[in-house]
Parts: sequence; C-alpha cells; structure tokens
Amino acid sequence: MKSDDDETGDAPAGFASMTAEGAHAAAAEGADAVASAMDEGEAIDPSLAAGREKVLHAQQETAHELSPAARALAGVTAEPGVHKPDPILVADQVSRRFGGLTAVDVHRLEVQRGTITALIGPNGAGKSTFFNLVSGFDKPTSGTWSFNGRDITGMSAYRIARLGMVRTFQLTKALTRMTALENMMLGATAQRGERFLPSLLRPSWKGQEKTIEARADELLRRFNLAHMRDDFAGTMSGGQRKLLEMARAMMVDPALIMLDEPMAGVNPALTQSLLGHIQALRDEGTTIILVEHDMDVIMSISDWIICFAEGAVIAEGRPDDIRSNHAVIDAYLGARRALATDGPDGESDGGAGR
Amino acid sequence: MRRRLLAIVMPIMFATLIALCGGGAAFASPAASPATAHPDGAAAFGQSSSHLVADGSSDAAAPSSSSGAQGETISGTLMAPIGEGGTREPIEGVTITVSQDGKEIGSATSGKDGKWQIPVPHAGTYQVTLDVKTLPNTVQLQTAGKETLKGLVVQPGFSKVALFPLVKQGQGTGATGGGGGSGQLEYLISIFITGLRFGLIIAMTAVGLSLIFGTTRLINFAHGELVTLGAVVAFAFGTSPLQWPFVIAIVLAVIAVAALSGLLEFALWRPLRKRGSGLIQMFIISIGLSLLLRNGIQFFFGPDRQQFQQATAQTQLTWGPFSATPMDLITIVVSIAILVGVAVMLQRTRMGKAMRALADNRDLAEASGINVDRVILQVWVIGGALAAVGGILFGLTSAVSFDMGFRLLLLMFAGIILGGLGSAYGAMLGSIVVGLVAQYSTVWFPPELQNAWAMLVLVVVLLVRPQGILGRLQRAG
Amino acid sequence: MDWGGIFSSALSDMLGPSAAIYALAAVGLNLHFGYTGLLNFGQVAFMLVGSYGVGVSVAKYGLPLSVSVLVAILVSVVLALLLGVPTLRLRGDYLAIATIAVGEILRLFVNSSYFEPLTGGSLGLTDPALAGSGPQRLPNQGFTELSPFVGGKTYDFGPLHFLGSDLWVMVVTWALVILACVLMFLLMRSPWGRVLRSVREDELAARSLGKNVFSFKMQSLVLGGVIGGLAGVMYTMNIPGQVPTNFMPEITFYLWVIVILGGAGRIVGPVIGALIFWFVFSFLGSFLTDLFPGANANVGAVRIAVVGVILMLLMVFRPAGILGNKEEMRLEVR
Ligand SMILES: Nc1ncnc2c1ncn2[C@@H]1O[C@H](COP(=O)(O)OP(=O)(O)OP(=O)(O)O)[C@@H](O)[C@H]1O
Ligand SMILES: [Mg+2]
Repeated sequence: MKSDDDETGDAPAGFASMTAEGAHAAAAEGADAVASAMDEGEAIDPSLAAGREKVLHAQQETAHELSPAARALAGVTAEPGVHKPDPILVADQVSRRFGGLTAVDVHRLEVQRGTITALIGPNGAGKSTFFNLVSGFDKPTSGTWSFNGRDITGMSAYRIARLGMVRTFQLTKALTRMTALENMMLGATAQRGERFLPSLLRPSWKGQEKTIEARADELLRRFNLAHMRDDFAGTMSGGQRKLLEMARAMMVDPALIMLDEPMAGVNPALTQSLLGHIQALRDEGTTIILVEHDMDVIMSISDWIICFAEGAVIAEGRPDDIRSNHAVIDAYLGARRALATDGPDGESDGGAGR
Repeated sequence: MRRRLLAIVMPIMFATLIALCGGGAAFASPAASPATAHPDGAAAFGQSSSHLVADGSSDAAAPSSSSGAQGETISGTLMAPIGEGGTREPIEGVTITVSQDGKEIGSATSGKDGKWQIPVPHAGTYQVTLDVKTLPNTVQLQTAGKETLKGLVVQPGFSKVALFPLVKQGQGTGATGGGGGSGQLEYLISIFITGLRFGLIIAMTAVGLSLIFGTTRLINFAHGELVTLGAVVAFAFGTSPLQWPFVIAIVLAVIAVAALSGLLEFALWRPLRKRGSGLIQMFIISIGLSLLLRNGIQFFFGPDRQQFQQATAQTQLTWGPFSATPMDLITIVVSIAILVGVAVMLQRTRMGKAMRALADNRDLAEASGINVDRVILQVWVIGGALAAVGGILFGLTSAVSFDMGFRLLLLMFAGIILGGLGSAYGAMLGSIVVGLVAQYSTVWFPPELQNAWAMLVLVVVLLVRPQGILGRLQRAG
Repeated sequence: MDWGGIFSSALSDMLGPSAAIYALAAVGLNLHFGYTGLLNFGQVAFMLVGSYGVGVSVAKYGLPLSVSVLVAILVSVVLALLLGVPTLRLRGDYLAIATIAVGEILRLFVNSSYFEPLTGGSLGLTDPALAGSGPQRLPNQGFTELSPFVGGKTYDFGPLHFLGSDLWVMVVTWALVILACVLMFLLMRSPWGRVLRSVREDELAARSLGKNVFSFKMQSLVLGGVIGGLAGVMYTMNIPGQVPTNFMPEITFYLWVIVILGGAGRIVGPVIGALIFWFVFSFLGSFLTDLFPGANANVGAVRIAVVGVILMLLMVFRPAGILGNKEEMRLEVR
C-alpha cells in the first residue's frame, strides 16, 4: 500500500520527466507511459511553476502539430456557434431561466468528436447549468440537442448516460459508504446482476462480475487509486474523490465525458497526472468536455475552447484565438474585478449545488 | 463534545419524565382509560393504540362518556320574527327530533329562551325535524316543507347549529320557491366560514413549522406537540380548579410554549447542528421528541377530550346568509391579524428580513454578518408562540386533547407542501386551502373523513406540482 | 416486585408473536431506509393493507387462506406503486411526509362508515355486520386449522410460556423473518444490491452512471412493502379482530426504533432490534404497572414516552445502531 506522500512525491518527478522526454509520448500512451517515463526522468526541476510552464509549452506544440483532433478543427473559423466537421454533441437554442435570471441561452454549440473541448467563463456563466441540461439532470426552458446524431432532448439522465455521454459533478459525488472498488464496479453498464430476479442467482452474474472487477482494478491502477481499493470512498481526500469520480465515469465506457471542474481542489502535482489521464483518454478516441477555471491548464490541454458569459457563448476557437479574443478578456477581467470586491469565488456558490 | 451534549440533553429528558411522573396525578382525568397492560405480548400489540384514540368521536372504542357537554351536539334557538316592538321573542315548547338513518337519536323541547340542544353519540350526518304541530299558530316556517333538515353534518368535537327560520303566519313560501336555494347557499357559506376558520388555525401553526424548516432545513415532527401544549397549558390555568382569568391563561400558555420552543433550540437542536448531525438524524430525533412530549402530555392531561368552559354556550349570530358564532369570528379575526402581523414582521423588520435571508441562502446570510444562531432562536420562539395561539384557538373551536396537535401536524404538512416547501406565505395560503378542502369534503363525504381528504390534497399536489403553489425547484448538480 | 415474573414475561415477549411481526415489518423498512435510503414513515400502511387484505378476503368473501394471502400481497404492491409514483422522483423528505399521510388516510378510510360493509369500520374485522350475507369466518380461521399446536394449551420452555395459538403464529412468523433475511442477504451481495446502496449514498451519482434510479427505488419500495404486508397478514393471524386503531403511526415509529437499534443496512439488524425493543417494551410495561398499580393509562403513556427518549438518545449517540460499524458511522454524512 502506497501512502499519500508517495503519490504527491511522485508526480512532480513525473511531469518533470515529461518535459525531458517529451510530452508527446506520454500523451499518446497514457498514464502508464507517464509512470514508466518517470523512472527514466533525469532533469528534475524542483520549481513546480517553472516545470509547468515548460509542460504547457510542449503540450501546446502537441496540440498544434500532432493531434488529429486539432487537425480536424484546422479549417474551422473561430466564431460562436460555428459548425464543426464531425460534431458529437449539438445544442440548438438551449435556454434555461430561473425566475427572472437567464442562466443559459445558447444559440448553437457543437462539440467536435475526439477533441478536448473546454468550457470557460466567469463564475455563474452557466457552464454547470449547461452540463445539467444536456446530461438530462435539469429541464430546459426551451431548446433541443443531439448526441451522436440522435435527438436526446428531454431524455432522462440515466438513458443519456447509457448512450455513452457521462458527466461528473462540480461537487464530487463519491458514494461515501461504499468502497472504491464498489464505486467503480457500479459504473459498468448492462450488468445482468442488476436485474431483480437474476440477481438472486449468483452463477448468472458471477462471470460478468469477474470481468468488471478486473476492469475496475485496471482503472484504479491507472488513476493511482489501487491502494485505496477496499477503503470507503468517504475516507478519501478531495483530490482522490475527483480521481475516483473520473475513473468511475470511465467504467461506463463513454464516447463523451463531461468533466465539471475536475481539477478544482486537487493539488497541482495531482493536476498534472489528471491532465495526463485526460489527454490519454482523448487519444484513445473519447471526446472530452471540460469545465475549468485555470487558464494555464485550459490553454495547454484543449483543442477547442468555448467561452460562456451570462449564459451565452461569446467566443469559440483554438487556444490562440481565445487568448487574443477581446470579448473573452472583457468577460474575464470584468468578472475578475467584480470578484475581487466580492471576496472568495467558486466554492461558496457551489453550496447551492446540492 | 459528545459528553457536553450528553450533559445537556439528559437532564432535560429526565426532568421532563420526572415532572410527568410527579404531576400526573393532579391532572388525571376521572374517566378511566381503557388501556391496560396485558401480560402477553400479543395483546400489548394493540395496546399502544387503545389509549391513543385519534378520533374520539367516530371511534366506537372510545369512552362513550364523552357525549353531552364535551361531545357533539345539535342545538339551536327558536325565535319569532321581529315583532311590533322591534324585538324577537323566543318560542318555547317546540319539539325537535334528531334521527340518523331513520333511527331516532333523541329529541328536545325548546326552553323559555327558545333554546334546545340534543346530544348525539358521535360525529356524523343527521336529520333534524321540527314538529310543526307544536309551533304556536302565530308563526310558520319560512319555507314549507323545511321542517326537516337533512344531511346536517356534525364535526368531531363540535356543536352543530340547526336553523329553522320562522316567519309570521301567512308570509311563508312554498318548498319549491327560492327559499330552498338560499338554504343550500347558507349551508355552503357556513361551511366556508368553518373551513376558513380551520384553515387559518392550520396556517398559524404551519407558518412556524415552515419558518423553522426554511432556516434550519429541519422537518420538526414535534411541532404538533407545541400546538397541543398551548391549548393544554391555557386549559390548565383557565379552567377549574385554577380558573385564572382566561386572558392571563392564554398569555401564560403562549409564553410557556415559546420558552419551551426556544429552550429546545438552545439545548437540543443547536448542539446537534454544531455537531454536524444530519438532517435525517434530526428529523428522527424530532419524532422521538414528539413521542415523548405527546405521551407526557397525555400523562398529565389524560386520554379524553375536554372542552374549554369559555367556549360553551355560544349563540349563533346571523346576517342574511351568513351565520357564525362569536368564537368563529374571534378566531378568524385574531388569526388573520396574527398572520398579517407575521407577514409584516417578515417583510419589514430587521429580524424578519434576516429570517428570509437565512431561508434563502444560509452561507450568504452568514457571510453578510447575520447572527445565524440568534435568528434561528428567534424563529423557534416565534414558531412556538404561533403554535400555542393556534392550539388555543383550535381548542376553543373544537376540544382539547393530548393528540390534537399531532392530528393537526399532517394537515400543516399538507398546507406547507401545497403552498411550497420553505415559503412562509405559501404555508399560509396552502393551509387555508387545506382547511377549506377539509370542510367542503363534508358536503359529499362523511365528516370523519375530512382530514383524509385534506391529506389527499398533499398526495395530489405531489403528483401535479411538487414544488407547490409558491415554491421553487431545487438544482441538480 | 416480582422480578422473576417480569423477566420471564419480558423474555416471552421478546420472542413472542408481536416481536416476530415487528421484526418482519422492520426487515422491509430496513430495505427501504437501510439499503435504499428511502424515508418511509408509513410502513404501518403496508401492514394495514396486508392485514385488511387477508382479513377481508377471508371474513367477507370466504376466500381460502392461500388466495387471501395473495390478495394481501397484491394490495401491498398496489399501495407501493401508488405511493411511489408521486413521491419517488422527489426529494426524500417529501416521501417521508407522503408516506405518513397515506398511512393516516388509509386508517381513516377503513375506520369510516363508508367502508364499514367491507372493513367493519371502527369495530373491525370481527364485526358481525361485516360478513353480511356472505360466509361468516374468522379472518385467521384457515390459519389456525393448520396449527400443529393446541390453541388453548400453554407450552412451557424453561422460564418461557406460550399459548399454543401464539406459538403457531410465532413459528410461522419467525420462519418468514428468516426467509426474508436470506432473501436480503442474496440481494445485497448482488449487483442489484450495489445499485440500491449507491442510490442511498447519492442518487444523482447513480443516475449519472446510467442507473434507472426511479426503477430501483420502486423495486425496493415494492419488495419492502410486500414484506410489510406479510407482517400485516401475520398480524391478523395473531389478532383476528383487527381494528383501525391498531394501525396508528406510532407503529411505524417503533419500527424505526427497531431498525436503528439493530443498525440500519445490516441483514440481521431488524431482528436484533426487534428482540431488544420487545424485551425493553415489555419489561417497562410490567415494571411500571408494578410501580404504579392502578394507573394503567399513565403506564401506557410513560412507556411510549420512554420509547421516544430511546429513539432520541439512539439517534444522538449511536445513529448507526448497536451493531453499527464505527467507520461507517463516521461517514454518516447526511
Ligand atoms: N437551481 C437554480 N435556481 C436558481 N438559480 C440557479 C440555479 N442553478 C443555477 N442558478 C444560477 O444560474 C447561474 C449559472 O450557474 P452555473 O452554476 O451554471 O454557473 P457556472 O458557470 O457553473 O459557475 P461556476 O464557474 O462558479 O461553477 C448562476 O447565476 C446561478 O446562480
Ligand atoms: Mg459550475
């Protein structure tokens, strides 16, 4: 069993080596590659920030030169509501009002298959509400949306998840009084033993259970949680819960995974390994939608960025387009200034999200 | 931490219990309870209920001694039409008979004051007949054929007034005239008045419950017992043997219940909250508290329903189609005044604004410098006082019993959910609707089912509009 | 004070028919609350429909016992569906209020003159008027005919004494309890049980993983309700003359005490809870009667008040029950 200290100790070394050996390989081969590259790491930079800068640089180059996802988006103009060559998720005129407040009012939003698409925007911009709407956890005031070409407007959340569109929550939802392994195994779909009568006959589901368990163990290992396998999820740290939730979502075998601030509250070292996981997922063909506030992270990892403000999409584009986009800068700086006088951001607003 | 909590909670519980044991005899009702301890477990199963008579009136197992002064009656006053001197003379010696399903229940003759009263065994639908032959020949019924009033509904614990409008000989109308319609109208209006009165009583108790829920998210299952306590304490001071002036009794009762309510917050709920107890946990604790208080009250008060002396001997006031007893009017006026007062308090005062802010968003309220603990304490005290007033009015209009508040509790929940969980105004509105539904159901259904229909409103609301009339939906993720 | 007598009767009650019936109903409630997190405060409603389902079928329509039990199960299922459809999509506290309200609604209805021809109204299932023109049978007639024991005879087991009629109810009910526990064991180690527990922990998470939460909650409500209905059936076998006042909401609260005492979400929790509850309840009854002779009504009230205190103390100090696992208790987040 590894202790938490090991883990936090490993990670900087891991990403330092990524700078040395090339993030390309790590991204392509997933976290296992990260782990092995780690051992060969030589140039260990003790300064986290400096290391991060380098990583970001390397990764940006990855995105621009190599990623097939980025290449697919190459000809797309950077403007709100633009059409993509092969969208996996398409939202049309989706709006949601809470009393007088319009939380979401999206005219058109498309997400290209096989990319990491980031949703950014100031607090209260409507990113989580948009997630809730398209994943079936909230009902829109109006609008339609489709997944994989299939209209899923108004479909219940569990059906949408079964279609292969899985989301995580801004406030982590670990199943506290279940072990990490149980959390994971729950994620598997089409389990025979989940039907009432077959569940009484162990032989009918025992075989499937074995395979699921193996897959769960494999994912736990990938997400550095193997040592917590039989511990209650409630005993895990916040960052570990984020990891567990992501890993659990992977058990569903999604084509599209929507991560609502997966990095919030996770220590910077762990963030790096999470980013590695996310890129590895993308390279395996999963589409990822990511809500994140850390601009460095966003710029380094995303193939495409969609910026929300006051419920609407105000800008879209590749990281470079967004970096120089005035609307985005205005939205952010405006919000930043307001936030500075308001006090701490983020989690206090999350209190309402029960 | 835990030890401190123990130190706080235990003395309270045991003090209550000891007080119960010590004072029980003083209050023990003369009517012996049917409950006995059975040696075998089997009989004990039913035992829990045999002294928990919910609807004393409609329950055959209840002690039948409750008829007469403290049970249900049908009564009325026979007056001649306004004579030359501008006064109305009572009519003596008229025979009136009450029957049910063709069986005669009892009869009476009007006295010197024109009054008559016939006790009935239990709540239900009765038929009252005036023997026209015994009327003096100077008067006749306003509407011929109206000597029999059918379908007169007697509520549990209520006295029902039967009206026989009389006119001078020769001024009456036929049975098919407009008079028949106005009788129906009068009936519906009288039901509206009782329904409104009942709804307002529910509203007054429900507002406190709703405010407590709004500020603490606790579903306080013991709220009904605060209602009962209000009535019981007022009863204890206001009737024999003490017989203090009724106003003083009422004030004492309200203060006592408000203090107890605040004490519970201070010594039980606050420490639990500080400890991070879950809401379900606290909900179940409130159920335990409800069991403790309810049965504690029963220990003092006895299992029977009792009537406030102050509430008997009511004369019916009539204006055109409206008729009501003074108690009805007092209840309606007082409760409307109090509810408006609560609304003004919530809307205008600092305290009220703080309560609403807290209900709206706890973190924000806390961050903006509101002293959350103090506001919650205020909510409990006010909620307790409102419950006590509601309980006293409920006791005055029906009867006092150890489980009166518990029976009201589910109607409060129905009102609160109908109005929208967490909204104080919704609770008022919903409760009034629930009271009206309860009373109007008796037009078509047996009166013992009125609470059942009112509670069905709750189920229907959950089906159709779970957020209630004024409520908001919760956010998901 | 006759300590020997008090203890022997407390021990007898601990194993007696009532304890067994409560244990059975509590197994159902444990499925609801302990495993699924459903706040069912109307378990007594399931007992009521089970009890009246079998009682009316036998006494009013003269159906054979087996068919009548099926009727009881059927009405329990129907009640669960009726309760579940409006409430299971809503937050838990709505279910709590709705279930307790529906329990009261049903009690008021079977008590009312409206349904007197069917239920005997407030006089209950043995009211002669109930049978009307149909065959007049006691609701538990078919059941007692199957008994291998002599009804009126007292059977002694050391310090314990049981009437033959009680013994038969006991044997059958405890057998049902064991069966129900085995069923729970099989279900809870399966993926089905895993989904149920995930619903208890966090409904939204379960939904985000593609689980049809509503369906699982409904299955749980129905199964636990049927178990409660069977407890109601045995209740009528135990006391054929059921009256509506035997179905006061207090019964549900006792069941909650039992489930929490034994430990919510443990297979044998309800059984242990029922044993302890009935021992204490019976002990208190005899003890208080001895202490205050002639004050019977007050004894009943004090006894229930003490149950209230026990419920409060349990919830404050040992919410995970006496079997509770410390670690899980620490995680009790809600
Ligand atoms: N259930 C609700 N009721 C009322 N208002 C809501 C509700 N859910 C969200 N809102 C409002 O909608 C707006 C958008 O909220 P949302 O959580 O989607 O923002 P966000 O972009 O995710 O912000 P953050 O970055 O802080 O997580 C906010 O103003 C919020 O207050
Ligand atoms: Mg958000």
